[in-house]
Amino acid sequence: MSAAAASAGPILAVENLKRHYVTAGFLGRGKYTVKAVDGVSFAIGRGETFGLVGESGSGKSTTGRLVLRLEEPTSGRVRFEGEDISALPQSALKPVRRRMQIVFQDPYAALNPRMTVGNFVGEPLVVHGVAPDREDRMARVAALFRKVGLDPRFVDRYPHQFSGGQRQRVGIARAIALEPSLIVADEPITALDVSIQAQIINLFQDLQEQLGLAYLFIAHDLSMVRYLCHRLAVMWRGRIVELGPTEAIFEDPRHPYTKALLSSVPIPDPDRERNRQRLVFDPDTLRAAPDQPMVEVAAGHFVLA
Amino acid sequence: MGGGTGNFLRALAASKGGLIGAVLLLAFVLLTAAAPLLPVPGPTQSNLRARLQPPTLSLTEIGAHPLGTDNIGRDMLSRILHGGQLTLAVGAAAVVLGGVVGVLLGIVAGYRGGMWDRVLMRLVDIQLAFPLMLLALIIAAALGPSVRNLIIVLALTSWTRYARIVRGQTLAVREREFVQSARAIAASPWRIMTRHILPNVMTPALVVATLELARVIILEAALSFLGLGVQPPWPSWGRMLAEGRTYMASAWWIAAFPGLAIMLTVLSVNLLGDWLRDYFDPKLK
Ligand SMILES: Nc1ncnc2c1ncn2[C@@H]1O[C@H](COP(=O)(O)OP(=O)(O)OP(=O)(O)O)[C@@H](O)[C@H]1O
Ligand SMILES: [Mg+2]
Repeated sequence: MSAAAASAGPILAVENLKRHYVTAGFLGRGKYTVKAVDGVSFAIGRGETFGLVGESGSGKSTTGRLVLRLEEPTSGRVRFEGEDISALPQSALKPVRRRMQIVFQDPYAALNPRMTVGNFVGEPLVVHGVAPDREDRMARVAALFRKVGLDPRFVDRYPHQFSGGQRQRVGIARAIALEPSLIVADEPITALDVSIQAQIINLFQDLQEQLGLAYLFIAHDLSMVRYLCHRLAVMWRGRIVELGPTEAIFEDPRHPYTKALLSSVPIPDPDRERNRQRLVFDPDTLRAAPDQPMVEVAAGHFVLA
Repeated sequence: MGGGTGNFLRALAASKGGLIGAVLLLAFVLLTAAAPLLPVPGPTQSNLRARLQPPTLSLTEIGAHPLGTDNIGRDMLSRILHGGQLTLAVGAAAVVLGGVVGVLLGIVAGYRGGMWDRVLMRLVDIQLAFPLMLLALIIAAALGPSVRNLIIVLALTSWTRYARIVRGQTLAVREREFVQSARAIAASPWRIMTRHILPNVMTPALVVATLELARVIILEAALSFLGLGVQPPWPSWGRMLAEGRTYMASAWWIAAFPGLAIMLTVLSVNLLGDWLRDYFDPKLK
């Protein structure tokens, strides 16, 4: 790894990150603020898979975009490989963008329908001047195709000629083209057939092993998260309410919202499944002050009390 | 796209509409371009003894006028052929100029948003609110009549139509995830606009272009009448159509033939445009 010097610290550290949207009210009367992300802090280690779960609208995707500086934070910091990137102008972000990439949820919207998949995968190489020579570039693209399990003979095809799973592989090939150290995966399997989901998850794991990637893995499907993630953060209304090792959270959830969320997951054991009770979360039970710190209830296991 | 010209021509030959459109348009372009070499009287040469002669098929007759003559005895065929030079050149130039400017500004307004969008869309509003005839008169007075000024005025009336449609389309395309993905790899705004947005807004722009060609050809007649562009007696289709209207009841051919020429040109461009749209749509390959 080139960044051996920084390998001691976390690859990504997010500190008190906020993103508030100011929206005009009905007929322009009055303004109200959507606190999409409201004071989120977490850190991801090298080669780690960090899960971010929570209900729809809880701010997971916004957090992912903020980490990549695809969106500007209202306040807070993002440290990537030890460097504070939240204050860098967009023009200075180019070298950072080589090292962190994104994979999207919808494999249909994620690819440019008017660009061949080969050019799409090779585009990061052009932008960063990695392989200016076309022949050299196409050889690299072919290697990337093989790496994600696609036939390199398909480079001249257009996205509509591929299935959802194959398109997701194209998106992944593009994301790893510059050999990043962190990938934000925003629900990368949610839109796929169940039979394909496992294949894509396996691909994520293989690539992590080969390339030492860290993932910020945003997800809905909790059983997949349990299988894949080393650590987990549960988001609710723009805040992290619980954070810890995946097993600790699944075995011993502390926050009422986490408990409600986990109670909705089917249990593979039929006896226990029969007795499973769905908990209902009453939002009024959460009365954390805006700047309330999280409490460590066990080693590395934090709860917003 | 790969393959280049050979592929393009083979695909064109394989399509019915596209081929008809291309052949028709090519025929018009070649015939009008070759007009000075053809054995027809000069387009401005009048013969008062041969006024308002109807079209005839008896080509053996000396001095026959296959498409008839107009009110001062000028040969209609010659005027159609020579007039087509001006009409086709001006129409194509105005459509291309207006299209390039309109598409470019529409993409910038839609993608950049903010100040860019406000300023550009305000320009569109001003352009649309400004009476066309007044604009034509001002330009004619300030710059004098010339083909170049005619093209500029026509393009000025045209770019707003591309800009509005392309801006709307851009607003939709820029929210798609592949555009975010392009930002995530640090692609420059120029690259994003030309490689990711432009190809995805070309279809509506092409549709506008085929409609605009017809509009611009008709409009050219009105503007020539106001003193912009090439002056009588030199012909253009739009002006021949306008002049022929007065004789509709007695000599239908004076207006009918330029009208037919305009119609066939527009039809051929439409056919070609339809095919081009499909050709550039990777889904239909
Ligand atoms: N550009 C924006 N302007 C205004 N509000 C926004 C904007 N983007 C997101 N929001 C709001 O911020 C909140 C968080 O959205 P976000 O997309 O991050 O949620 P999410 O957790 O990813 O949800 P999902 O699971 O549905 O993807 C939502 O209430 C959303 O409506
Ligand atoms: Mg989301």
